[in-house]
Amino acid sequence: MAIILSEVEAKALLTKVLSYSKADECEVNLSGDVSGNIRYARNEVSTSGSRANQNLVVQSAFGKKVGTATVDEFDDASLEKVVRRAEELARLAPENPEYVSILGPQTYLKSNGYFDSTAKLTPDARADAVAKSLELTRAQNLTAAGFMEDTHGYQAMMNSKGLFAYYPSTNVNFSLTVRTADGKGSGYVIKGFSDVSKLDTAAATRIASQKAVASASAVALEPGKYTVILEPTAGTVLLENLFFALDARSADEGRSFLSKPGGKTKLGEKIVDPRVTIYSDPTNAELPASPWAGDGQAQQRLNWIEKGVVKNMAYSRYWAQKQGKTPVPFPNNVIMAGGTASLEDMIKSTARGILVTKLWYIRTEDPQTLLLTGLTRDGTFYIENGKIKHAVKNFRFNESPVIMLNNLETLGKPERVVSTESDSNYLIPPMKIREFTFSSLSDAV
Amino acid sequence: MNRRDFNQLLGMGTAGLLMPSLPVFSHAVSPEELVGNYMDVSAKKRLADAALNAAKSMGATYSDVRIGRYLNQFVLTRENKVQGIVNTVSYGVGIRVIVNGCWGFAAMANPKDEATVAKCAQTAVSIAKANARLQIEPVQLAPQKGYGEVSWKAPIRQNAFEVPIKEKVDLLLTANAAAMKNGVNFVNSVLFMVNEQKYFASTDGTYSDQDIHRIGPNFNVTAVDTQSGKFSTRNSLSSPMGMGYEYLQTSPADKVGGVTTRYNKGYNMLEDITSAAKQAKEKLTAKSVEAGKYDLVLDPSHLWLTIHESVGHPLELDRVLGYEANYAGTSFVTLDKLQSKNFAYGSKEVNLVDDKTQVGSLVAVGYDDEGVGTKKWDLVRDGVLVNYQAIRDQMHILGEKESHGCCYADNWSSVQFQRMPNVSLEAGKAPLSVENMIKDVKKGIYIIGDGSFSIDQQRYNFQFGGQLFYEIKDGQIAGMLKDVAYQANTREFWNSCAAVCDQSDYRLGGAFNDGKGQPAQSSAVSHGSATARFNGVNVINTARKI
Repeated sequence: MAIILSEVEAKALLTKVLSYSKADECEVNLSGDVSGNIRYARNEVSTSGSRANQNLVVQSAFGKKVGTATVDEFDDASLEKVVRRAEELARLAPENPEYVSILGPQTYLKSNGYFDSTAKLTPDARADAVAKSLELTRAQNLTAAGFMEDTHGYQAMMNSKGLFAYYPSTNVNFSLTVRTADGKGSGYVIKGFSDVSKLDTAAATRIASQKAVASASAVALEPGKYTVILEPTAGTVLLENLFFALDARSADEGRSFLSKPGGKTKLGEKIVDPRVTIYSDPTNAELPASPWAGDGQAQQRLNWIEKGVVKNMAYSRYWAQKQGKTPVPFPNNVIMAGGTASLEDMIKSTARGILVTKLWYIRTEDPQTLLLTGLTRDGTFYIENGKIKHAVKNFRFNESPVIMLNNLETLGKPERVVSTESDSNYLIPPMKIREFTFSSLSDAV
Repeated sequence: MNRRDFNQLLGMGTAGLLMPSLPVFSHAVSPEELVGNYMDVSAKKRLADAALNAAKSMGATYSDVRIGRYLNQFVLTRENKVQGIVNTVSYGVGIRVIVNGCWGFAAMANPKDEATVAKCAQTAVSIAKANARLQIEPVQLAPQKGYGEVSWKAPIRQNAFEVPIKEKVDLLLTANAAAMKNGVNFVNSVLFMVNEQKYFASTDGTYSDQDIHRIGPNFNVTAVDTQSGKFSTRNSLSSPMGMGYEYLQTSPADKVGGVTTRYNKGYNMLEDITSAAKQAKEKLTAKSVEAGKYDLVLDPSHLWLTIHESVGHPLELDRVLGYEANYAGTSFVTLDKLQSKNFAYGSKEVNLVDDKTQVGSLVAVGYDDEGVGTKKWDLVRDGVLVNYQAIRDQMHILGEKESHGCCYADNWSSVQFQRMPNVSLEAGKAPLSVENMIKDVKKGIYIIGDGSFSIDQQRYNFQFGGQLFYEIKDGQIAGMLKDVAYQANTREFWNSCAAVCDQSDYRLGGAFNDGKGQPAQSSAVSHGSATARFNGVNVINTARKI
């Protein structure tokens, strides 16, 4: 059997699995994916490979006693065995007071995240894409280290109350670091697409090469508070820490940046600049995502922060029931609305500031305030009177995305970016921020 | 380190402990399937020989085969609830070849017979041939003698997979109850157990069969002051270890007294969580640190992570050469610094060693993942840089003839590459207790336990937090501090090392999830040290208002 099942094949397989169930409730999640990768460094290929994976997870429940079992072989005997195993484990398990009965049939939005172009990539096509990148760096006496990884697959689920969901998707991420021969300059680029035909490795390589060359004669600036322009690749790794922390239970429990004195939360309160709107939308054409969550809940277009105000937090079905709220699943994509300014416009309007193209090694210093630390990397530039004057040495920063979004100057046009910390794709605008806190210098290139 | 895995297994974060994700290709099984022998050694040898012969017949000048069975067990709880019990097994074969001077690699799950393994070898050969067209320098392997048929087994006293689940659940729930009784609002706890059963064969004539065990108990307690809306946490002071269940059975000799109890080769979770609960509450009202220069006294439960980031990573030769430039980064310790033979990495007190043989450590094995017998070697001696960490295809760059034996893959499905061995700071030679070290400090901070960690891509500038901070005034502990992080430059920091306590204070710390490579692989690694003093380090205050 193929690893990637069509909707019809997945439905047939899931129906068969459920036919073996004797539990009060049974829910089955099924997935398959095939991915290929190629890695290069020192201007030559270092490793490459491919992986194929399929997995079926059965969750059986007797009352609130729940058992889960998994299998990666799909013959009839294995399928029946995995259902029996889940049932045995459920009978042996203590009651789970947080178990919530499975959902009935749901209606889902339409979202197209599957592209044949990506699904049909071959090892030769990957090597060709890398060859285009290497030709450019070798010709300029620059040194390239990069990675390209593509995945195509599907997820499906069905349960004993009649819910069925299926979503196929593809993705390709390409990242590249270009360094000058003397090791004094370094530039970076990362691109993510659902449709690989949008990936131009040569164009991406030119961006990283330009940053490498331009950053080669970096000058040290005193650490302190600066106006910064964060390219989307830099901004994303700060913002996603805010996205990850939008959980209602942690806020209600008093251990989140959304908790308030007196046991309350900041739901409904303005926490950042009114120009900030952060939402999720599985149907977004540039960042398509699955229209259902892993437990079968429908994903809607939903504002998390609207005009600076916390509009929604994620409620698990258990926590929503306990708190008398409507469940809200964690989103499958996150988009930050932007403005119309281009990066060039933002530089032109800056009297004195720093252009940050990438941030690195982001860690939370304080979950109470979302204070993060990390460093600039692979191209940081000083702006004076609307022009990039020269490269600057890298800085360590200590800053909270909440404080940062209160110090907002300008938002540019959102673009699809890949987080260098989590590999997740987002739509994020370039941002101009005042009083961003750089606390020390680094000699790293 | 890989942040996601770290958060999931150790950091736990504000949202509480997350369920660790299952390793790629693994599937859940019953606990009974986690013990006992799964395949006879002779059957593994037959499969391995089929792959080696197939590779050779298709033009490989070298090949190696890893047949691996990787077992994990997680037990996760919060407060009085079991959140999950997960048992996983991942079984498969990974085959690596050199053809036309270029590496090729292929892997497959659940290999059934010689023919399927030979086909996998064929895929590895065709990948090597495809990539050879983009190759500039052919791979040069350091010679390695074949050891014949050998085996190695971790010297554990009790296989954790043979301990009933109920006993593990009871341990965690008892600990949670103790934390709640001592006044915290939330507690998450976890037990994570690993067994790697690895068979390796190569065209050099080595057939090694190894059985590796690791265990990691951990918890996080949270105290909330509802009125002020403030909260504080304290994580376990345990370390993941290359041990069996005996790590959870302590004797008095395993404990280190002082301002709080710390643990050596045996960990008492109930005792530690009871202290943690009280300390998390104490933190809520502790004095916020005044930023400035302090002498730092760093406990091994903290210093391991600083060693890991500021010594372990920059001395990885593949980083120095640029192989990790696109992800983990490169290194400030360029080859000319080694060649100069006088690069002062640290003060004369600083002796740093690599060791893949240390009993009870996370990386201890008999043979690495390319058939090299493991060993111990110096990185920094009397403060001077003397070596890197390197594997067979890098040794010619160092002018050495024998690999260091630190090649590792995190799964049969991953290609092996250079990974960090235990990198440790040797204890001081002169007798020195922690108490006497503190007596000498006028204005300092004593830091226990690991916290936030961040370092640049060439490993110059770092910032570390911790779990517990105590102010030292005129040689005395003056009380608890909070909002502490220190920032330093690697070389300045190690050159500010004024003293290291003696061997009686030496302990291992470590982590399961050191991330490196693309696709990312994680490895477990230990770092030993005794308490050490660093003078005049820049401390910042991390408190903010939002």
